[in-house]
Amino acid sequence: MTALIPGERIASMIASIVPGAVAAQDRGAAWIRAETWPAVARGLRDGEETDFKFLSAVTGVDYIDHYEVVYHLTSFRLNHRAVVKVRCGEGREEPAVPSCVPVWRGADLQEREVYDLMGIRFDGHPNLKRVMLWEGFPGHPHRKDFLR
Amino acid sequence: MRTEPVTVNIGPHHPSTHGVFRLRVTFDGEVIVDVEPVFGYLHRGTEKLAEERTYVQFVTLTDRMDYVASMTNNQGFVLAVEKLAGITPSPRGVWLRMIAAELQRIASHLVGMGFFLQDLGAFATPLMYAMRERERILDLFEMLCGARITNSYMRPGGVFMDAPEDFWPAVNRFLDEMPGYVDEYESLISGNEIVLSRTKGVARVELDALINASISGPMLRAAGLAWDLRKKHPYEFYDRVEFDVPLAQESDNWARYIVRIQEMRESVKIVRQCVQQIEPGPIRPKEVPFLVRPPAGEVYSSIEGPKGELGYYIVSDGSIAPYRCKVRAPSYINLTLLKDMLVGWRVADMIVTFGSIDINMGEVDR
Repeated sequence: MTALIPGERIASMIASIVPGAVAAQDRGAAWIRAETWPAVARGLRDGEETDFKFLSAVTGVDYIDHYEVVYHLTSFRLNHRAVVKVRCGEGREEPAVPSCVPVWRGADLQEREVYDLMGIRFDGHPNLKRVMLWEGFPGHPHRKDFLR
Repeated sequence: MRTEPVTVNIGPHHPSTHGVFRLRVTFDGEVIVDVEPVFGYLHRGTEKLAEERTYVQFVTLTDRMDYVASMTNNQGFVLAVEKLAGITPSPRGVWLRMIAAELQRIASHLVGMGFFLQDLGAFATPLMYAMRERERILDLFEMLCGARITNSYMRPGGVFMDAPEDFWPAVNRFLDEMPGYVDEYESLISGNEIVLSRTKGVARVELDALINASISGPMLRAAGLAWDLRKKHPYEFYDRVEFDVPLAQESDNWARYIVRIQEMRESVKIVRQCVQQIEPGPIRPKEVPFLVRPPAGEVYSSIEGPKGELGYYIVSDGSIAPYRCKVRAPSYINLTLLKDMLVGWRVADMIVTFGSIDINMGEVDR
């Protein structure tokens, strides 16, 4: 069975990679400070105990007072999984997160999709263009305030 | 003589692009030097539509994502809802879901194989063979739920309708005949000189690159990594059936084709064991309400779809509709490396390689 690493444990693993990177934690996930994300991602991928070579999914979630990007990570060798989240600051203006494409190429299309549909900017993405909708489409449909 | 690269637009309406897919390809003579995939022509905003529908209503929309593998889409979603809402499914419902899902895997691989060979220039013949057997599977689905493509067969807790009596002899007859059909494809195609020379060694990708690019499913197994969620994370009753995970090492177009062929044989084995082990009983627990109302929370649940890891990430706020429902679509993510696979190869290899990834545009665009 693929085990889900509890939030507390993944938080302590992250804290040993980059001290002070964990902003919060709950039962199932750890929140990471946006500015430390690339370093944390690299550490999670290369760490002996974490070994998250596979990035399963990148999701943007609109919580109305802020946005979050959720990363689901998988290790094939250790057969475990973890959920890591990055909060995109406060409020609804200009949400942005550092891109993790340099760490996982698999984030390429997924981050573009989040950018397109949720309007979260990924700084450092090599080709951040809209993917489902055309350039010039007004708004980002997955946002809660999007009206047809 | 002065030469210059030419940019050619292929698609979105092109017979071998498997739907509305567009490629902007730059050629230097016959050789591909740059590729830019363009998609989104079939985008319907499925994830947003989920936020306005109840959990059971959304099952019908999952059909319309990967429309050649509706059953596995249903399965992934209802498993995620069950995990979120803490529903224990009925054993008979689980067996029926496994039967449907494995038949669907065969059907999806048949389509993948048929179109792959069609792209290779084996015009119409292999595809017609593949469609012949797929038709049999669709007939079985029609017996199960009345629908052939957009099945919406599964529900949180099980399925919505029990199999009719005459389903069982029909499925047994199909299981007896299917290995012979696979032998037939193998004798016609797998030894074919042209197929071998056109696919072996073409569009090789290293395993590390595949993993780093989040590519899953038969593409990983064709590179020699035995990663199959049915084995590594046995959902449903996959721990009660015996099957092998077919592997290939070459990671080229040929390996991706042969892995799918072998997976069909394994699926036949799984369905046969399910048919033997299924017992009478309710198909869905009576106490599971039609209006599922999971507690506030979130879940990520994934299954081994025919095309790779099919995941659903659902955030619930305690109401009757998901707050956010994200689909981890394997077809979409498997396209990440398309450019790397194509650059350096020739025009004729382009569509073949694209076919070997086996994508479905309904799932790419959602």
